Formats: sequence, C-alpha cells, structure tokens
Amino acid sequence: MLENRVLEIDGLSAWYGEARVLTDVSLSVHEGEVVTLVGRNGAGKTTLLRSVMGLHRQIEGTVRFAGTELGRRSPDARARAGLGWVPDDRGIYASLTVSENLLLPPVVHPDGWSLEQVYQAFPVLADRRSSMGTQLSGGEQQMLAIARVLRMGSRLLLLDEPSEGLAPVIVQRIGAIIREIKAAGVAVLLVEQNVKFAATVADRHYLLAQGRVVESLDNDSFQARESELLTYLGM
Amino acid sequence: MTHPLKDTSDTSEASDTPEASGSEADIGTALLRPGRRNALRWIMLAVGLVAALVLPELVYPPVAMDIAAWALFAISVDLLLGYTGLLSFGHAAFWGSSAYVTGLIAIHWGLPFPVAILGGMLFAMAIAVPIGYLSVRRTGIYFAMVTLAFAQMIYFIANQFSGLTGGENGLQSIPKSFFGVESVETDSFYFYYAAIGLILLGVWAAWRIIHSPFGRVLVAIRDNPARARALGYDVDRYKIIVFVLSAGLAGLAGGVFAISHGFASLEELNWTTSGKVVLITVLGGIGTLWGGPVGAAIVVMLEDRLASSGFEGTGIILGSIFVVIVLLFRHGIWGTATDLLQRTMAGRRDQGD
Repeated sequence: MLENRVLEIDGLSAWYGEARVLTDVSLSVHEGEVVTLVGRNGAGKTTLLRSVMGLHRQIEGTVRFAGTELGRRSPDARARAGLGWVPDDRGIYASLTVSENLLLPPVVHPDGWSLEQVYQAFPVLADRRSSMGTQLSGGEQQMLAIARVLRMGSRLLLLDEPSEGLAPVIVQRIGAIIREIKAAGVAVLLVEQNVKFAATVADRHYLLAQGRVVESLDNDSFQARESELLTYLGM
Repeated sequence: MTHPLKDTSDTSEASDTPEASGSEADIGTALLRPGRRNALRWIMLAVGLVAALVLPELVYPPVAMDIAAWALFAISVDLLLGYTGLLSFGHAAFWGSSAYVTGLIAIHWGLPFPVAILGGMLFAMAIAVPIGYLSVRRTGIYFAMVTLAFAQMIYFIANQFSGLTGGENGLQSIPKSFFGVESVETDSFYFYYAAIGLILLGVWAAWRIIHSPFGRVLVAIRDNPARARALGYDVDRYKIIVFVLSAGLAGLAGGVFAISHGFASLEELNWTTSGKVVLITVLGGIGTLWGGPVGAAIVVMLEDRLASSGFEGTGIILGSIFVVIVLLFRHGIWGTATDLLQRTMAGRRDQGD
C-alpha cells in the first residue's frame, strides 16, 4: 500500500503565533480514495488543508505528496504539482465569468478535464457559462470551484466543507460529484462537520479534536457509531 | 477587492477575504452579457481613437500632445493600481528616465524621434526589472514606499550626472527629427499626428493586456493573491512582468512628452510627477482603463487654462477637485459615469421585461 499513497502527513504541528492549533497529526490518503477529516469548529481542519497547500507556513513535520516531500515549496508550485484546493468560501472570482473562472488556472496534468467534460458533468455551469461569478448560487459556486481544479488535472482535491450552507438536494448532488471524482481516479481529502454527508461519500475518516487526530475509522465503523459521533461533535 | 493600501504580504486569513461584493474591474460592464460587453469594449476603443484624432482640432496641439502623453502614463499606472492592486508611487522613474534617454539619443545620434522614444522606453523597462524584482515582494503602503525610494534614487543620480543630463538645467533643445519631413519637425499640429500613433500603440497594448488571459490572472491576483497562488500562479513573477510592462508604457509616454516639449527636466523624475499621475488615475477612476485619459484631459487642460490666466494656485484647485471626487465618487469620474449608465440601462431592462 505504501507506494500508492498520494498524500502522507507525518507529525504535523501548526501554530498561529504562540497558539498551537495542530499537534502531531499523521494521516494518509491513497490513490482514488475519499478521506474525510471530521471535527468541530476550531479543531484545526481548515488549518490542516491550508498547511498541505502551503498557505499556512508556521508548521513542523512533513507533508509528502505523490512520494515527494513538499518542504517549503510555494503554494503555486504545489498547485502545479497536482494539489487542488477548494476553499470554504469557494474562491470564485466575482469579476470573472463562469467560463473565465474555469479557464483561469493552468492545466497542470494531461488528465485535466476538458471544458466539454466539465460542462457535461456540470450542466448547470454550461447554462451559466457567461454569468458573472457573483450571480451564482452557493451550490453553483461550489460546483464551479470543484470543476475549476478538475480542469487543472489536480490529483488530490482538498475540499473544505463543500456541503456548508447548501440545501439538502444540492448537498446530494455534491455527494454524487465527489463519487464521480473518485471514480475518475482522483483522491479527495474532505473537511466536514456534516457526519451524515461524510458517511455517504468517504472510504475512511479521521476524527480531529483540539488539533489532534483522536480516531481513525473506516466507513462501516463510522456509520455504526454515527449517533455517538453526532453527540461528540455536538450536532 | 483587496485594498491597495492594505498589506497582504502575510499568507494568513487576512489575505483571503471572499469577494462577495463586485470588484472594480469592468465595473460598468459587469452586469452586461459578455457579447454586449465585448461589443462595448470595441466601441470604447473606437471612440478613444476618434477622440485622439480630433483632439488637436479642439485644443492647442502641444496641449493635446500633453493630454495624450499623460493619458498613457495614467493607463500605465492603472495597469498596476487598478488591475493588479499595486500602488506605485515611483512611476516618475520610468517616465523621466525615458524622457532623458529619448532626449540623449535624439540629441547625440540625431535619430528619428520614434527610434529615440523606443530607446527611452527600453531603458525604462530595463531599470524596471531590478526595481520590480525588489519591490513586488511588498504590498500596499510598503510597495508604494519602496517604489518611491527607487524613484528618488534615480532623481538624485540624474542630478549628480549633470555632465550628461544637464543637472538643474535639464536637457535642452531635443530635436524632433522625423525622416526629414519638415512639417512634422516644425509644426506642433503635424507633430501631434506623427506622435499620436506611438501613444495609441501603447493604449492598444494596455487594452490587449487587460483583456487577455494574462490580464485575468492579474485581476485574480488583485482580488485575492493567496487564492491565485493556490491555483498555481507564481504571483511575484506575474507582478514583475506587469511592472516591467507598465514601466514600458510609462517610458513610451515620457519619451513622447520629452520630444514634444523639446526638453527633459528633473521635474519629470521628481516625486511630484509620480504623485500627479496617481492623482490623474484616481480622478479618472481606477480599474477602468479609460479613467486615465479622462483624468489626464481634465488635469492638463485645467493646468493650461489656469496657467494662461496667470493664476498661481493651480495646486489648490486641483487638490480641491481631487478631494471632492474621492469623497463623493469613489470610482472616479469615469467609473461613476459608467456606474450610472449601467444602473439606468439595468433599470430600463427591468421595466422592459
């Protein structure tokens, strides 16, 4: 199993000034796998994604992507290496149209989706291709953000709470999209507070509390303990 | 939009504000369908061209030339300020150094003025490489201060090398050689038409840059540098490239200015010139491309009228206008005008549907 680990985090700690927000986090994501990071607000989930992306730099420990240690590499080098970050605010550029947003980032891998593929998988984006970024609904923005990194050909998607603030039917659609991404062989590291949603898409789960991984579960035991976890997360 | 004066050099959450509100680029065209947006862009370009061609019929030709040069200078600043979110407070370095180099080439080698201006422009771009390299690592007020410091260095160097630059006296009697065409070389009306081509080329280049994929990356960097990085763009490299391009346009404008006046003075390198061009750009409206020419027309003509009427306090009038515009119309004259037009058109469309 060792050779097909897309992402390997070893002993990662992160700080904001004096405040330590991640302590000795170790986790891995394999090729074509969907892994969630579940935890309450402030558990350090977003910081972990930002650290992997190189956007948060006050860290210790190692992050390996596709076998290469990322070290102090810049975020743009990481993006070009195949990391696709979808931030929790979706990161759509308001001053650009849907198609301009899609075409903005460079294609970094030959497996990147063509515009036709994107529009086929996300018909709603095809309909709205000339709308400005601001005119999209939350769900459409989320789809655009995901489609944008798929077009780049990212090998690992870092999704930060894609279900947040979306209507249940849209959340289901996002779930279906994540399964399609997985089927296409792209790995996903998903940050979630929505336990029910996480159980429908992921193979494995890491429970994050106060900056530490407190448990690592496969999806079966995760579902078996769903109510316990819901109480634990205070939902 | 990330405010140009806000330091976003750290990669913390501060640089990661979501842009829920519309950004200022293409603010007047944001609500239009892209087809009409494109058509409108071309119409604007045509209107700009016609305006440039009839200008010397309406105002005294040397003043028209000044307007055109300052318009391109302001566009070069807008490329950085409005489209990349970088406030350069040292653009006189490129305008002025090109003015001197253009003058030196014209005086010592007697080359036709377009060639001299090309030389000045290339010189401005060459010095912009190290200056850009060292300043784009900073943002907001720090970027402004670093560019100002470099510009002041160039100013003092020009003052020191008075054997070459004429020092306090400036560079006098720059000829307008133009392949022996006497009307162009002696009559400012014909000179305008010979030189305006260079200015229009510069405007065209800026227009192309803004509406290219490269321009969209610039807007992405302006709106959120951290996100542009996460999408795979080496933000500093893009900033250096646009800085050098902007310096080239400023140099082109400065070269035309020097030839048109027949001299290059230290004033062209002074920080007041950097300040004036920022004032013109903000007055016209940043992130609009056409704000610069509008601002330049107003400022240059006002200065000309006030000076010829013998009024001494031009600065007081300009300053007051600036304060009023900035306080009342945040998007500048052009930005506010297109905003209004936009709202009227949107209103009419709503009624029609």
